[in-house]
Amino acid sequence: MADLVSHPDETRVVSQRFGKGAADINRHLELDGYKAVQKALQMQPDDIINEVKTSNLRGRGGAGFSTGMKWAFVPKQSDKPKYILVNGDESEPGTCKDRLILEHDPHSVIEGVVIAGLAVGAKVGYVYIRGEYRYLVDIMRKAIADAYAKGFLGKNIFGSGKDFDVHWHTGAGAYEVGEESALMESLEGKRGIPRIRPPFPAIVGLWGGPTVINNVETLASVPHIILMGGQKFADYGPPKNGGTRLFCLSGHINKPGVYELPLGYPLKKMIYEVGGGIPNGRKLKAVVPGGSSTFVLTAEEADQMNMDFDSFSKRGEFLGSGGVVVLDDQTCMVKFALRVMKFYQHESCGWCIPCREGTDWLKKTLTRFHAGGGLKKDIDNIKYLAQNMLGRTFCPLGDAAAIPTMSIVDKWRSEFEAHLEGRPCPFEPEGSRTISELPVIA
Amino acid sequence: MVISEKLDRFFDEKMKEYPTQRSFLVPMLLYTQDELGYLTNEAIAHIAKKVDLTELEVRNVISYYSMLRTKPLGKYHVQVCTNISCMLRGGEEVFEHCKQRLGIGHKQATPDGLFSLEEVECIGACSWAPAVQVNYDFHENLTPEKMDAVLDQYSRKAKQ
Ligand SMILES: Cc1cc2nc3c(=O)[nH]c(=O)nc-3n(C[C@H](O)[C@H](O)[C@H](O)COP(=O)(O)O)c2cc1C
Ligand code: SF4
Ligand code: FES
Repeated sequence: MADLVSHPDETRVVSQRFGKGAADINRHLELDGYKAVQKALQMQPDDIINEVKTSNLRGRGGAGFSTGMKWAFVPKQSDKPKYILVNGDESEPGTCKDRLILEHDPHSVIEGVVIAGLAVGAKVGYVYIRGEYRYLVDIMRKAIADAYAKGFLGKNIFGSGKDFDVHWHTGAGAYEVGEESALMESLEGKRGIPRIRPPFPAIVGLWGGPTVINNVETLASVPHIILMGGQKFADYGPPKNGGTRLFCLSGHINKPGVYELPLGYPLKKMIYEVGGGIPNGRKLKAVVPGGSSTFVLTAEEADQMNMDFDSFSKRGEFLGSGGVVVLDDQTCMVKFALRVMKFYQHESCGWCIPCREGTDWLKKTLTRFHAGGGLKKDIDNIKYLAQNMLGRTFCPLGDAAAIPTMSIVDKWRSEFEAHLEGRPCPFEPEGSRTISELPVIA
Repeated sequence: MVISEKLDRFFDEKMKEYPTQRSFLVPMLLYTQDELGYLTNEAIAHIAKKVDLTELEVRNVISYYSMLRTKPLGKYHVQVCTNISCMLRGGEEVFEHCKQRLGIGHKQATPDGLFSLEEVECIGACSWAPAVQVNYDFHENLTPEKMDAVLDQYSRKAKQ
């Protein structure tokens, strides 16, 4: 389906089987498939967790939490069954990598689930895939069925005396369901309204049982870590930022695509060498480093950034989901801010007021502003509203809406000023199409 | 039978994979919609009974998920992404073009019931933008001209 790309700087770990027909279980086996899980079956649970800790693997879903630590939080003893839940809701604008893993190497995800289960003492895993990805649901269904047929899942897996079940599940359109507690609600057959925390899912998760929730890419990394050893994986990236990552290059870039690069890779090189630079002889204006929920970088900042979690967190910012969106100098940042806000307004689950009302106000203000009806005081109001959502919402979606907005107002204030007093958008003087109304969440 | 026996049996099998009866509800609604075109009153009543919930509780779930609908749309539902990566590469032009060509707007269907149109959020095709899904099929790296070819292909398919 989606075209694959390549670049000499790539380090193929998670993507090593892409394009090799590994969705087929026999082909997967030829490519060292299901060796890691057999190795893990010989290991003590704590040794598996320690190997993952050593690898410095951090969550690829966006937050970058240490995977080994997350697993270690799960209590050893539990009256209720424990679960592994794979987050394949992939809906963060700019992000299209889990799709490739599910398409090209679904068995690596299944293997990751079983290894996670062995580590924490779970016997059941669920793979949740967003509703729009039906062809991937079909691929996963077949992969699971084939794994059962070979005795890799079910009773007495690999003759080990241990049982493990993996089931597939699908959503039906909702970004918010990617949030881990909303994901559990959805899997339980409910609306995706987040849960109050604590208790965290590792203690009280699916149906009240301790639950590990990991992103598709996180779990697909695990078999490779077990096979190559945690230290080798860690060494691909800078300290505390182990391994490689699938970066999805999109927007104004000559060679868009998903590239697997070591963490800490310089963003400048990623844009100009791996991505082939900006089309049409234009210049870089801005970069969204990891999906629409992250702080937007100016061209000057982008020149300096290395793409690992800590390079961002030391600036108080986020590396995010791997979705690198490149914006050239002809992009209107007011319009961009508006499109981002329309998304969050559409996806807000409406549970808490700052997010439900804040995203709506901001969308309306930005719509008016972009159409030329902006007042000078609106600029500060937009920032003030966003700032007041930050940290005051029930789940991080409110923050995700506030963060790009604040950074765009701060860094491109002059573009807001250029829209004042009924002036036409400087980038679309012919009169842009006001972005058509998306419905308020049904 | 409101839904095919095959689908009903498939639901019964899947429901066994969960500790509670309602867990498989969301996929069940989506697969039912795929079979019937939309979630009819009869289908909702049938599913509510299956999962031991009231119809109101099931409708409450339906209203949360953007892919679920209780009214029919076109046979080919054209979903155009205009989110950031697609917007930067002409997704809005593709959407505008579909509106002109089909003579319908967001969430509307053509009078013959063949096509319907929707502006959607990111569909996970950002690196192959702009992208469209027609039902579940992805069409990527589009331009208005390529979009015409895609729509022609579905028009032809309908006549076969
Ligand atoms: C609004 C929202 C949407 C999210 N969407 C996703 C998603 O689509 N996929 C994902 O893996 N994580 C998503 N996350 C992050 C999850 O809550 C969670 O942190 C993640 O699945 C944990 O896995 P990891 O530690 O392997 O990254 C989202 C978070 C928020 C707040
Ligand atoms: S922050 Fe937004 S999405 Fe999250 S619970 Fe509140 S209203 Fe719902
Ligand atoms: S932004 Fe259009 S597919 Fe992601």
